[in-house]
Amino acid sequence: MKKVLLQVVASAAVVILSGTLAIAAGISDNVVKIGVLTDMSGPYSALGGKGTQVAVEMAVKDFGGKVLGKPIQVIGADHQNKADIASAKAREWFDNEKVDMITGLLNSGCALAVQKLAGEKKKITMNTGAASTDLTNKACTPYGIHYVYDTYALGKVTAEAVVPSGGKSWYFMTADYAFGHSLEGNTSKFVTKLGGKILGSVRHPLATTDFSSYLLQAQSSGAQIIGLANAGDNTINAIKQAREFGIDKKGQKLVGLLIFDTDIKSLGLNVAQGMQYTSGFYWDRDKATRDFSNRYYAIHKAMPTMDQAGAYSATMNYLKAIKAAGSDDSDAVMAKLKSMNISDFFAVNGKIRADGRMVHDMYLMEVKKPAESKGEWDLLKIVKTVPAADAFMPLSESTCELVKK
Amino acid sequence: MEISFQTVMSQVMLGLNNGVFYAILSLGLAVIFGLLNIVNFAHGALYMLGAYVALLGYTKLGVLIGMPDFHLNYWAALIVAPLVVGAIGIVIEKTMLSRLYKFDHLYGLLLTFGLALIIQGVFTNYFNVSGDPYEAKPEILNGAVNLGFMMFPKYRLWAIAVSLVVCFGTWFVIERTKLGSYLRAGTENPELVKAFGVNVPLMITLTYGYGVALAAFAGVLAAPIYSVSPVMGAEMIIVVFAVVVIGGMGSIMGSIVTGLLLGMVEGFTKVVYAPASSTVIFLIMVIVLLVKPAGLFGRES
Repeated sequence: MKKVLLQVVASAAVVILSGTLAIAAGISDNVVKIGVLTDMSGPYSALGGKGTQVAVEMAVKDFGGKVLGKPIQVIGADHQNKADIASAKAREWFDNEKVDMITGLLNSGCALAVQKLAGEKKKITMNTGAASTDLTNKACTPYGIHYVYDTYALGKVTAEAVVPSGGKSWYFMTADYAFGHSLEGNTSKFVTKLGGKILGSVRHPLATTDFSSYLLQAQSSGAQIIGLANAGDNTINAIKQAREFGIDKKGQKLVGLLIFDTDIKSLGLNVAQGMQYTSGFYWDRDKATRDFSNRYYAIHKAMPTMDQAGAYSATMNYLKAIKAAGSDDSDAVMAKLKSMNISDFFAVNGKIRADGRMVHDMYLMEVKKPAESKGEWDLLKIVKTVPAADAFMPLSESTCELVKK
Repeated sequence: MEISFQTVMSQVMLGLNNGVFYAILSLGLAVIFGLLNIVNFAHGALYMLGAYVALLGYTKLGVLIGMPDFHLNYWAALIVAPLVVGAIGIVIEKTMLSRLYKFDHLYGLLLTFGLALIIQGVFTNYFNVSGDPYEAKPEILNGAVNLGFMMFPKYRLWAIAVSLVVCFGTWFVIERTKLGSYLRAGTENPELVKAFGVNVPLMITLTYGYGVALAAFAGVLAAPIYSVSPVMGAEMIIVVFAVVVIGGMGSIMGSIVTGLLLGMVEGFTKVVYAPASSTVIFLIMVIVLLVKPAGLFGRES
């Protein structure tokens, strides 16, 4: 009798034990949940917003809707460009909604807050929207990935195109928060290094719609180049108003340091023609990008920006990493992500480094003349492809504490 | 830093552009305070409402009434928005404010402040906080005029001109016509004026309606320059109250002149030391209150 009891207890223990082992190796909570937290209604909503969620949902569908036999869910929320709302939402998602990974995260202020929280909670962030290099430097975490572009790459590639061709003196119009400061700082470094001069800068709040007086300050500085260290609607309004006030007619040139295809679409080729800027993606680059973008257009009625295309690629590679790791455990997935090659329609020669920076080829773009454009979205041409190693900050310069020196 | 004549003139011109909005809004406040003794904190919200009537009239109204091709154009909006918002103002006055005249100013202030928060909250819930562009700017006002020292957009010149006409027109009616004298007498001694057979309560209701219609008019004028957002009024109202205090509560001419001047001072500050431009008005307010507590144009009582 006693022997039978022992057998029962022992086998029960084995069952329980193996059960817990299976859970640890598989999918926690029986679902993989991806949160798209970004600007859904504000100045950045056209270049990210709902379109980013569409891209993530496409990736989930293309992957088959399931990973390791468990369903994949996507949820979205608007952080309204407020860091406190962003981190409150992320906390709710991690604690109650069982969200495993957050992507999107336009707005560096929001991104820094969420990445820090996610690091504490051991959850993955795959940042496709925000630009600040702080994300992979002093604020880096073992679970944070910066996927698409950053202010270092933008500043470097654009400055290397503009300064040697005569744009020696610069004046910045800067969005007054983490992103703008980072973009102005990084660009200034390259302009000075290339022999250019910084004449000054003026800072405007994110919510600005009237740029006239800032533009006049920039004009009276006498700088050859007015560098726009802002994005989205800010950039669009600044460029439009510069036209209204006839600033471009007097020989000063506006250079947008962060521009998305949707901005060019909104400005129109007449206004934007000839502008050069740096991008991580262009829909019309090759057959693979066109195939993806046309499918995306069929759903969203706009071509994908680098943020939106990046969110598709990030989601796809995240799901591949889960499959390869056999688990959605953050540590296991991060180890896989950092060891695999990222190579798809979005990223050429992509690699996620120790500091979380995904490095890949970047492109110097030029806006077409109206006569060159053959279609509604035929907006740009690629002037130069900048290899990953030349575009991004070398790992040796990263101040991220995860980088072994 | 070298300050050129051109820079100063350009910024002052932009300042004047902001100044006409200060003037037209503080004028409405002054009229309402002068004749109703109400500190109308809902003024900013009603200015915002005017801009939204124009915006939604252009983008949504057609679909709503079953004619998708119908868009309320800019010129029509300049008339319709003040009428709609004026009517809302009349309802507010009749149902709520009219109960408060016999109490202290503070009650009217609290009521209108509450209304402002409610209106703004509702709009924040349904509309983009960072603003939607108003695309119905008429073709004829596109482009810029060369003023010699700068290129100035035609639309902004139009906004300055039409605001000045409305401001001085209002001043003329109140200070120089018979209707205006009734209004002024009605606030001075309502019982006596009633005895002459004048319908004082109606006059007061219409005055409030006119005051808020001015705010809505300013809202439509502002829509093509700044984009239309639920918080556009809240950003404006603080400065406008400072203008009213500096000009002297209830002084019609005072509010117009102070509004224009302070806009230009703000513009000039941007040339000298830009970060101070958002605070310079309040600095002036402090100094004026210390030296002349009734305001620049106010009468000491």
